[in-house]
Amino acid sequence: MDDNKPIKESLFSKKNLKPLIDPFSTNNPVIVQILGICSALAVTAKLKPALVMAISVIFVISFSSLIYSLIRKTVPPTIRIIVQLVIISVLVILVDQILKAFVYDVSKQLSVFVGLIITNCTIMGRLEAFASNNNPWNSFLDGLGNGAGYGLILIIVAFVRELFGSGTLLGYHIIPQALYNAGYVDNGMMILPPMALILIGVIIWVHRSFNKELIDKN
Amino acid sequence: MQDLINIFVRSIFIDNMIFAYFLGMCSYLAVSKTVKTSNGLGIAVIFVLIITVPVNFLINKYLLSPGALSFISPSLANVDLGFLSFIIFIAVIAAIVQLVEMIIEKFLPSLYNSLGIFLPLIAVNCAIMGASLFMQERELQTFGESFFFAFGSGIGWWLAIISIAAIREKLSYSNIPKPLRGAGIAFIITGLMAIAFMSFLGITI
Repeated sequence: MDDNKPIKESLFSKKNLKPLIDPFSTNNPVIVQILGICSALAVTAKLKPALVMAISVIFVISFSSLIYSLIRKTVPPTIRIIVQLVIISVLVILVDQILKAFVYDVSKQLSVFVGLIITNCTIMGRLEAFASNNNPWNSFLDGLGNGAGYGLILIIVAFVRELFGSGTLLGYHIIPQALYNAGYVDNGMMILPPMALILIGVIIWVHRSFNKELIDKN
Repeated sequence: MQDLINIFVRSIFIDNMIFAYFLGMCSYLAVSKTVKTSNGLGIAVIFVLIITVPVNFLINKYLLSPGALSFISPSLANVDLGFLSFIIFIAVIAAIVQLVEMIIEKFLPSLYNSLGIFLPLIAVNCAIMGASLFMQERELQTFGESFFFAFGSGIGWWLAIISIAAIREKLSYSNIPKPLRGAGIAFIITGLMAIAFMSFLGITI
């Protein structure tokens, strides 16, 4: 994209919205680019921490894209990684302090995984691949889209794991008592870490069955 | 001594970086296509972990934890720089990775040739940052504990990546449903391996 030419199109033109929409399905950071799995899956045993994590990541990724895109022409290429890390860490420290102040219990549950947003490969990947050569508005939208696409997968996984693992959603009982009386039992396996991996595998399977062009060649 | 061995064994098998906490999954999935490169990356991770975690331990203990600055003057006893830990840890990791890369290039060229391409990747590997954060979170007390925790975590990560690489090498001969090929099956196999690793739960020496 050439940013020297003045922007004639509207802020929400189709071309501008492309980076916002794509990451939801055909260019999803988790299930297509396979990035940012590290800091996320451990928080999906319950829906609430997953929601908080998703919002935090959306915040960090969109604003770091915006800030990096604003200063992209003044950053020498040799030190760009450390500049990116500093921007991301400052935003993550902000998120961490806000979480500690307002939702202390969730912040305790997330423990080290808030700090690990810094090394979330999605964020560095977007700064490197998109924000470093696009204008601030597009970068912001791209960050927003990727953050949301990432959050979407987290929420799907957390929804399935909490519903079938403990029969609740956001702490409220969903599975009716009558079903338990009839012999239904919560699947304790869903709470354990391995099921997060297997669920992602299944999501990839379903997603690629509908999007044949994403299938690996070999 | 027994404590140290316990921490070491625990961090390899029970609190395995990949199977229990999913740390370092990005490079784990991207690089695990052949055993040879996986081995190189695994060794590089062990190497960087056993340097960065003890260094971050010292920084955390003598600069960042609440009241740590009191050795300079008693009036600083109430200072808590804990909120700076994220940015300082990642800066230390990035700096050490750069330093290690330069030292290896100068003195051990053969090792550099096998690890070289992986070292820059490691600065943003979640397992490295994760180990430092876990070190802080679990309040490890001594330098020795932090070293053995880092060493064990590194070995655990290495073990995970070479085992999945070995399985994926064999997988190329099997007939997997097309949409599941590549990433999908790697996730499911990792999940099954994680279930197997859960049988180590509760081991103590």
